[in-house]
Amino acid sequence: MAPAVLLTTAVCVTGRFPALAGVDLAVAQGEVVVLEGPNGAGKTSLLRLCAGLLPLTGGEGTVLGCDLRRDAPALRRRVGMLGHAAALYDDLTVAENVRFSAKAAGASVSNLDAVLDRLELGGRVRRTPVGRLSAGQRRRVALALLVMRRPELWLLDEPHAGLDAGARAVLGELVSEVVGEGATVLLASHEPEASVPLADRVVSLVGGRVVGVRDVGAGVARRSGAVDALRSVSGSVHVA
Amino acid sequence: MWRDTVLVAGKDLRIELRSRVVMHQVVPVAVMVLVLFAFALGPDRAPMAHAAPGLFWVAVLFASVLAVQRSFAVEAPDGARDGLRLSGLDPAGVFLGKSAAVAVQMVVLEVVLTAGIVVLYGSHIRSYASIVVAGLAGTAGLAAAGTLYGALAAGLRVRETLLPFLFLPVAAPVLLAGTRAWQAALGIDSGSTGDPWVRLLLVFAAVYLALGVVIFGPLQEAS
Repeated sequence: MAPAVLLTTAVCVTGRFPALAGVDLAVAQGEVVVLEGPNGAGKTSLLRLCAGLLPLTGGEGTVLGCDLRRDAPALRRRVGMLGHAAALYDDLTVAENVRFSAKAAGASVSNLDAVLDRLELGGRVRRTPVGRLSAGQRRRVALALLVMRRPELWLLDEPHAGLDAGARAVLGELVSEVVGEGATVLLASHEPEASVPLADRVVSLVGGRVVGVRDVGAGVARRSGAVDALRSVSGSVHVA
Repeated sequence: MWRDTVLVAGKDLRIELRSRVVMHQVVPVAVMVLVLFAFALGPDRAPMAHAAPGLFWVAVLFASVLAVQRSFAVEAPDGARDGLRLSGLDPAGVFLGKSAAVAVQMVVLEVVLTAGIVVLYGSHIRSYASIVVAGLAGTAGLAAAGTLYGALAAGLRVRETLLPFLFLPVAAPVLLAGTRAWQAALGIDSGSTGDPWVRLLLVFAAVYLALGVVIFGPLQEAS
């Protein structure tokens, strides 16, 4: 089976300095890989490169079989990214944002209510303009966009930021669920206690280069345990 | 492409209905242009009626810059532009949808401005059909060209000032042809028919719509 992500001495220069200075990385389909490293290590740039949002300026790279130089527009239809910014329209309601994103991707909107309820965005919240939501709620809406689209590659940049224990548990469940369906997850995080239990491997980045890779064991069992632990903390995780 | 056009136009118009930026800021600015020119031209109605078509299209032109800037401003905050690129939408559909939304807003503005020149400048409409056709053709051209140049400027820090520099010279044929077509329709230039000018407006709109469908995608990538 071809790897979901295959980068060979990948370089990405944005501005005057390289954000990525020769990254070698292979991620298998259905794998969960956590990216760790200090600020400026290149974690976000690596995710944006894999999303086809940053140019590959050196080396070689294919993501989901798409060449990063030639097929970036086609690739972008198949990946979903949860970035630092939520990519939402403040004047549209929660339901309108999620419906627009799903329809744009050609996804069904029949499960909209179930997805919003699962992320505790149902009831009055679904009719609220996104601009009036808290940071954590906006993060949940951004997550709902991905859940509706069901991309083949999930690129999650600090996905736990701003989420309470309940939402973190749902995130853990989602990661397990989509990996079970064959999707691949690349997750950048500064919170190893939340992210590493979800991972199959952890990749360390420093200065735009991979400086270490470690196998963190049987991902499925660990993910299940992590979700159970979060559920016991939150006590109120609603699962649709 | 058409499904994406409807989706994007619906989204942009819904955002405008909620925020009312164009209705509450752009329309008053355009009306103010007419009012200020009315003061500048003095109390005599003859020169005002003569200048009405040109002033109408100048007001529409400047208002279209604001409407296009607003159309791309809604994509700027919170990474919505990246969201749009990752959405899977056909770039041609995005272009046509954004153009359509701008055009709808401009038509509303033009209805207000037409009432304005009738009331303030004492203009008499002789041919409603010519007014409507010229108005729609000019609006389609301005919306298409504006959206194209809006996409070009969108990724740049100086987009607010760059867009008028890029767009206004290109839109000069619309100003000229729209003014001449309206002069004929208002009976100001009784010696000529407005048909050639309407045809020019239609060609301008067709060229920029076709150009936008073809190059909006590469333009988005480059910017």
